[in-house]
Formats: sequence, structure tokens, C-alpha cells
Amino acid sequence: MLKISTAPHMSSPVDTPILMRDVVIALMPAAIVSVLFFGLAAIVVIISSVAACMLCEYAVCRWLLHKKSTLHDYSAIITGLLLAYNLPAGFPVWMILIGAFVAIVISKMAFGGLGKNIFNPALVGRVFLFVSFPLQMTTWPKPHFLDFWGADAQTGATTLGILKQLDASTSATALSKYGPNLDDLPNYWQMFIGYTGGCLGEVSAAALLLGLAYMLWSRVISWHIPFYYLSTVFILTSILWLTKGSPVYDPVTHLLSGGLMLGAIFMATDYVTSPMSTNGKIIFAIGCGVLTVIIRLCGAYPEGVSFAILIMNAFVPLIDRFAAPRIFGTRRK
Amino acid sequence: MDNLILINIIILVSIALIAAAVLYFVSQKFKVTENPLIAEVENCLPHANCGACGKAGCHDFARACVNTAAEDFKKLYCPVGGNAVMCQIAHLLGHPDIIKEETVAVLRCQGSCQNAPDKVEYSGIAFCRIANKISSGRSGCPNGCLRLGDCVRACPFGAISMNKETGLPVVDEDKCTSCGTCVAICPRGIYEIRPKGAQTGRVYVACNNKQKGGIARKNCKTACIACQKCAKICPDIKIENNLSYIPTTVPADKFGAELAANCPTKAIVYIGNKNKEEEVKHD
Amino acid sequence: MTKTFPMGGIHPDKHKIAGDIAISNPGLPEIVYIPTKQHIGAPAKIMVKQGDKVKVGTLLAAADGIVSAPIHSSVSGEVIKIEDVIGEFGYYEPMICIKVEGDEWEDSIDRSDAIVRTIPENTEEIIAKIRSAGIVGMGGAGYPTPIKTTIPEGKKVDCLILNGIECEPFLAADDRLMQEKGEQIIVGAKILNKLLGIQKAIIAIDENKPRAIEIMTKLTKTYVGVNVRVCESKYPQGGEKQLIAAITGREVPSGKLPVDVGCIVQNVGTVFAIYEAVMKNKPLFERVVTVSGDAIEKSANFMTRVGTPASFLIEQCGKISSDLGQIVFGGPMMGTSAVNPNAPITKLTSGILLLSSQMSDKKPETPCIRCGRCVDGCPMGLQPNAIARAVRSHNMDALLELHVLDCIECGSCAYICPARLPLLDCCKLGKIEVRQHQNKK
Repeated sequence: MLKISTAPHMSSPVDTPILMRDVVIALMPAAIVSVLFFGLAAIVVIISSVAACMLCEYAVCRWLLHKKSTLHDYSAIITGLLLAYNLPAGFPVWMILIGAFVAIVISKMAFGGLGKNIFNPALVGRVFLFVSFPLQMTTWPKPHFLDFWGADAQTGATTLGILKQLDASTSATALSKYGPNLDDLPNYWQMFIGYTGGCLGEVSAAALLLGLAYMLWSRVISWHIPFYYLSTVFILTSILWLTKGSPVYDPVTHLLSGGLMLGAIFMATDYVTSPMSTNGKIIFAIGCGVLTVIIRLCGAYPEGVSFAILIMNAFVPLIDRFAAPRIFGTRRK
Repeated sequence: MDNLILINIIILVSIALIAAAVLYFVSQKFKVTENPLIAEVENCLPHANCGACGKAGCHDFARACVNTAAEDFKKLYCPVGGNAVMCQIAHLLGHPDIIKEETVAVLRCQGSCQNAPDKVEYSGIAFCRIANKISSGRSGCPNGCLRLGDCVRACPFGAISMNKETGLPVVDEDKCTSCGTCVAICPRGIYEIRPKGAQTGRVYVACNNKQKGGIARKNCKTACIACQKCAKICPDIKIENNLSYIPTTVPADKFGAELAANCPTKAIVYIGNKNKEEEVKHD
Repeated sequence: MTKTFPMGGIHPDKHKIAGDIAISNPGLPEIVYIPTKQHIGAPAKIMVKQGDKVKVGTLLAAADGIVSAPIHSSVSGEVIKIEDVIGEFGYYEPMICIKVEGDEWEDSIDRSDAIVRTIPENTEEIIAKIRSAGIVGMGGAGYPTPIKTTIPEGKKVDCLILNGIECEPFLAADDRLMQEKGEQIIVGAKILNKLLGIQKAIIAIDENKPRAIEIMTKLTKTYVGVNVRVCESKYPQGGEKQLIAAITGREVPSGKLPVDVGCIVQNVGTVFAIYEAVMKNKPLFERVVTVSGDAIEKSANFMTRVGTPASFLIEQCGKISSDLGQIVFGGPMMGTSAVNPNAPITKLTSGILLLSSQMSDKKPETPCIRCGRCVDGCPMGLQPNAIARAVRSHNMDALLELHVLDCIECGSCAYICPARLPLLDCCKLGKIEVRQHQNKK
């Protein structure tokens, strides 16, 4: 029997699972680096987070929605990986389960599943854990390179944490003898490679940039969001650094530390929660950059990437509406 | 401390008062005065806002009812509310009662999966209006039902459902208000609004194929082949473009059973008034 | 520097297997079925009756009104019947069936291969010849050419573009025509120049046709005013609006015609037909048809007489794969899948593609992940996903706001969508609904 169908009669080989699988591949370098630096603790966090996210999605599909499970599209794995990357090594497993539940069930499936959520599920999970368990979320083990078991792991502050305290102590006239000082800061090379305290996935800018290169090469994402996000942060901090001269505003440190790279490359570029048109993506990325700098430098928290992206997520429908592409044949603006 | 509570209460109360005052003045300023009859008439209407009456909605229809003279009022009719509603409105406005025969939408096609089997596999989007553009449909009949259910989705009253076995849409006589949405949406114009025939039953040609008999039969067992038999039984029946059409004026109780029984392809459907079970079509 | 249009576009697999295969003669079938409507507008008025003997080139049906085109016999033989025959889409159309006897041509047609280069001086004569030859836009639109080449009062045309892009995958009819009949096409362009009263013509060729570019560039050296422009290999480069934007940088405003920006675009196949009509007195009754696809053994380019059943051509291309899914008339992006493989070739059939189920089956829909590929891919700057949402929720205001009527139905959005959403179908449905809505007003 002949078949008839509507045009077009061929379609691109790239489908949703392939795109998502490419994102998972792009996330792998960061996973390897985190295992190298944090050892077993990193593996525990990553595996439990991914497994918990997949389990949550499966359970919701199976027992709540009574439909075929959507695990095959890899999106739960990405959420799991990203959630793990946003947690410090050695984070208690039962808290990871709560985070995965919030990420998948509340932030994603409750909105209708893949494609319908407003906020990035992994970020919602992270922020939930961050405000619920602030102590555990800020206990960052120091990296112990190639020491797999890492039994005697010490804990320390992140780069941004040091900057924040530095900022606080300089502005509060009394320079404390025991307060943080500049020597505690890792050098640029350490920050680039990831030999610094922090969450699993965010320590190594090099691994994340490798992932970015892969995603650009395989055309999973366009360059706009990472480029505009990172440049906005770089330019704003540069202006402050040049006018105020304090190392607190050092643009390179800001670029390489905290969750900025992870956020700009993997979280802000999440298809579902970012604008669709190129103009919209630029507006979104600049918004994220400005909010990140404001939260980092003016807010109470040392880190602002997750809040910045979540806030901008909320504006996506508006951006989509007002940054629609120019229609062919209408006057150029 | 007491002071603080007092101040708070005063502030809140004054905000409430100011807001109330603003609301009052605004509502006075922008008040639209309208004949209160319109609201009364509108209350009688079904509030479906379907537009079947030809007006933009129930409010518009109500306004038209109130603002027209007695002669023109006869032309207005709400097919959804039917006679009961129209009589009520006529009573309100002091006009004579309006009685129109109740109508229902009928599908003039019996090209079910069994009668008109698929010749090709359609795998495009399940919308009749798109399928109609790219081909004559799965069965090959260029005028028959495409069985993709645009009418089911369009019906504002949920009166049309898909029969999974035959693949054809079925109109629920009790829910159908003959608003005409299905007539407008069907790309092949298969639906027709016909009198319900509460007393007489109804008889119609359930085929829309305008091809020659031989070609039509190739694709569908129940196609009208314009054999003229029905025209011999009842001379009012017109046959044009190889398709027979039974005018609504033909009394169904008189001719219905005979017409249906004598149609060689069973293209004529007669639905009697009594045994609802027997209404199920011939196949 | 290759040129391209300003926004959107996709890069589907080219599959240009047929580009290396010379145009061949498929021979004549036993019976041809010539439809009386092979163009936009009114069907032609039938001038012959059953039993009439006709020669190749005999007028079968005359143009009925201005927007219409005459139809000529493509074979010699006897008219056996005139009746409604099932066409490629399953609809019955009036066709003239001719039983083939020999291959006798009308005497007025110049059958020699010599290239005639002297262009008639009288433009009236040129346009009369084009009109009586029944030439229509052979790129697929089927708009009668005499109307398109008549510039409306008050408009000025300064740019003639010959469309040799052929951006649809698989198809190679225009490619082969440029390689084999390059000079005739250029003379045809000069004829059009004369008609439009301008000196220049631009032949736009896709960069994926290196041989055609080479041949045409060499030929244009001897013709003043005719130039080759190489365009980036991007779909839908061959769309009229996109091509004009790529070559001249002008954008045809929404709802306007190319003439409004001073451009006329003609398909190279049409220009070749104009050459033959004006210089050789040959009406349009044959055209190059590509038979290709991934479900057939060989690909071929046939100089096919109009009315030849498609199955006659398919039989000459070897074994059909058991995985055959669809037979598509036209290209895989914008063509239509045929219900009836015995349907005749018309003036507008640029290709017959046999596509495997694996390639052509619709994949199951998954939720939209808002990746924005449809928005980036739309050459008209529309938002197909938003249109699809508006169509499915019957939001007429949103449809109007999204300019759904500007959609050129190129299918880029549906091709590129990773969630396999039927975006093109939704856009088409949106257009139907908007038109209905506007008619109601």
C-alpha cells in the first residue's frame, strides 16, 4: 500500500534524544575532572543524583500520569547531572534525593513535563537545597588530586566566598588579622583547571569550555547565550575593577570562579527555559550577566548565577513576545 | 504600642475608603446605559456565543432582538436555544410566538472503513482540511468523508464523536443544536442542516459523490450512482451532477421507508420517528 | 563570494545523484493522458474531439481567458477519449487520451539542433509566440508566463533573474538543462531582455552545481549583459523572494510581488521553453523530469512528453526497493505524495521521487522543547512553533499577529524540528483559517 503524507517528505536526522545525548556528552569532561579532584565523594553525588532524577521521572510517568515513560529522551539524565554539578562533594545522599524530587517532580513534571517547565529544574533543585540546607551546601571539600578515597579531605571556602569576606572586611574598617587574605585566593591557572574549592561541576572552567566546544561543533546550541552572558559579566566587573582597583572586582577571577561557566554554558542555554529567537537569547544572556554581577557584588550571597538565571527564566515568555525576529519583507529596524 | 495598632487600623481603613470611592466614581463615569430588556433577553439565551444566529454572540443577538420591529423579529432565530427560548423571548418582547421546525446536522456520507476501504495509507497530520488539499483521501472518493475529525474538534457542543469502528463521525441528535459549525469547517461540505422530523422522521441521501456511478462505486459500496430509482418513487427528488438530492419538503413518513428500501446502494438513509434503535444506519 | 538570503534557511542532505546523469529519451508510451489544466487559472477549452488525428504540437485545447494557457499534443496519434481520469492526487480531472501512432511532428516546428541566435525585433510577435506555445512557470507555480513578463502599468523592472538554483534535494532537471542546453537558455534570457526592455540578466546557480556553473560562466563570456551569480547552497535559496534578496538585497514586502521591487524571476526550464517557442516555433509539450529517490535502483533525467504516465518512467529506472514508502511528485520538501503512480507528467512535474519508508515516514511527535530551530530556520522570519500553538488553540488574533500568511510553505521548520512536530501543516492550516476568517468579514 502506498503511503501519502504531507510535505516535507524528509526530515532532519537530529531529534530530541540526539540533542539531549549530545548535551550529556558535553557534560562528561566536567564529570571526569570532578572525579579526579574529589574522588569517590564526587562519584557518589553524581550517581545518586542521576539515579534519583531518573527514578522520579519514571515514577511520575508510570504511577501519576499513567503514560509511557519519557526516560528515553535523556532529559532526566541532564537534570540529574546538572543538579550533581551544583552540589559540593560529600553532600548527604538523602538531601540529594530531596533535591532530585524538587527538580523533577515539582519543577518539571508538575508543569507538564519536558518542554513545558518555566524554570530550569536543576537550578530549582539546587536553590531549594541551598535555602533548606545552607550549612551542607556551603561545606566545600578542598580538591585532593588523584587521591581517590580522599579520607582526610579538608574543607575550605570557595573563591567567591573569599572575595565576599574580603569585601566585607575591607569595608568594615577594622582589618581583621585572622580574616581572609589575598593569599588564600587560588591563582588563575588553578581556577581554570579547577583546583579550587566549589561545587562538583563548576570548579573546572577548562572542562566546561571543552563541553561548550563540543556543543558548538555539533550545533546543539548557538554561541549567543554563553558569549553574551560571559562578556556582560566580564565587562561589568572590568569597569568596577578599573575604577575601584580592588581585587574583589577582578574580572578574570569572576569569570573563572563560581558557577558562572557552568551556568552560562549549560544552564542558561537550556532550550526549554531560554528564549527562542536570537535577539531574545541576547537580551536573556545580558540580563543574566547583569543580575549575576549585582547579586555577587551587592547581595548577601557570594554566588548569584543560579538566582540570576532563575529570575531571567521568569522573563522568557515576555522576551519571546517582544524579541520576535524581523519578518521578511518588513522594514529593518 | 496601642497607638501603633490604632495608626495601622486608621491607615488600612482609609486606604479601603479611598479605593472604594475611586471605584465608585469610575464605575459611575464609565457607566454604559443599556435597555434593561437586553439583559433580560440575554439571560434567556444559552450563552454559548457560537455565532450560529449570525450575530457576534449572545449579547449581540439579544440587542438585535430588542432593537428590531415585529416583522424583522421573525427573521431572528437562535438555533441553539430552539423554540423554547425563542418563545420566551417573544413573550418578553410582546411579539407572537416563533415556532420553527427543529433541525439537526446530518453527515451525507457512509464511506466508513468497511464501505470505502483505505487504498493508501495516510500518515500526515490528522486534519481534514490539510488532507483534502493533498489528496482525494484514503478511500479515493473525492467528495467523501476524510475520517480525520475536523468536525469533532470544531463542534462547540461536543455533539459529534468519532465511531472507532466505522471511522465516521456520528452526530448526537440530542446535543446537536444545528449551529452550522460543522457545515462551515468540513472541507468537502458533507454536512447538511436538515429538519429533525420529530413526527415524520427524516430521509436523506447519505452520499456526496458527484462522480459517475461506475467510478463512485469503485471507491465506495454505498455511493449514490444516480440510478433515478428514487426519482421515480418521488418526483420531487432532483438528480444533479450524478447525485440525488431529497429536498426537505419531501414527507419522510410517506416516502422514507420506500426510498431507503429501493436504493440499490443503500445510499438513502431513512430514520423513522419511533424505534430509535433502528435508526442505526443500514450497514 | 557566494550570495544568500538574509535570514533562516536549512541544509538538508542534497542527494543530487541525478546531477551527473545526462538527459535521455524515455521513448513513447502507448497512451498519453494530457490534462487540460496544467497551470494556475481556468482550464483550457478543449478543441479536439474523439477520433481526431493529431500530430506532435497540434493544439488540443485553447486558453480560456487571460489567466490560462493552451495545451498542445505531445505525441502523434488518435484522440481515443476525452474524459475524467484520476490524477496524481486521486482527484479526477478532465484529460485528453491519445493513442500513440508513430512520431509525426507539426511542420511548423524546427526540429534541427542548430542554435538560432537572431532575436525577432518585434516584441508583440515574441509575446504572441510565448502565449500560443502555452508556456507556464515550470518551477512548479504554473503561472502563465505571458502575464508574468507583462509589466503592469507604472511599474519598472530593472533586474531579470534566471532561477537555476534548484534547492530541492534529489532534483537535477534544471542542473542538467543548464549543462546541456546552456546556450539556448542564454539566448532565451536575451529574448526576455528584449521583451522587458532591459540589458542585463543574472543566472543564479547553487554552488552545489560546479559543472553547470563552469559551463554557464564560459558561455556568458560571449554574451554581453548576462552574468552568472553563485549562491550559497542553502534551502530554500530557490524561493522567489529568497532569490531576489540574495541577488539584489531587495526584500519583497509582505503581500507584494517581485515586480514591485523591480525584479522578474524565471526558472531556467521556462527560459529554455521560451527559447524553443520563439526560435523554433515549438510549443511546450515536453520537459526534463528527474526520476530519483532512495527507493529506486537508478536515477535518470528524462526529456519527457507531457501526458506520459509516471509509471512508464519509473519502469525504466530499475528495481524498486521493497521499502518503498511514497512516490512524490516534485521535490521532497515541497512536493506532494501521489496516490496514483499512473498519473501523467504535466508541464509542472519537475521530478518523480521514490522515497523509502525509512526516509519519508512521519516520525512520532514529541513535546516541543523550545529549541528555536524552527525560528532560526524560517526564511521568512516567522515563528512556526508559536503559529502551531495558535492553530491548535484556535487563537485567531495570535495567528494574525504572527503573520501566518507570509509563510511560503517551504517546509524548513518541519524538516528541522527535533520534536517532529507537523509545523508546516499547522502553518498551512493557519493560512486556511485566516483566509476563512477574512472572507467572513
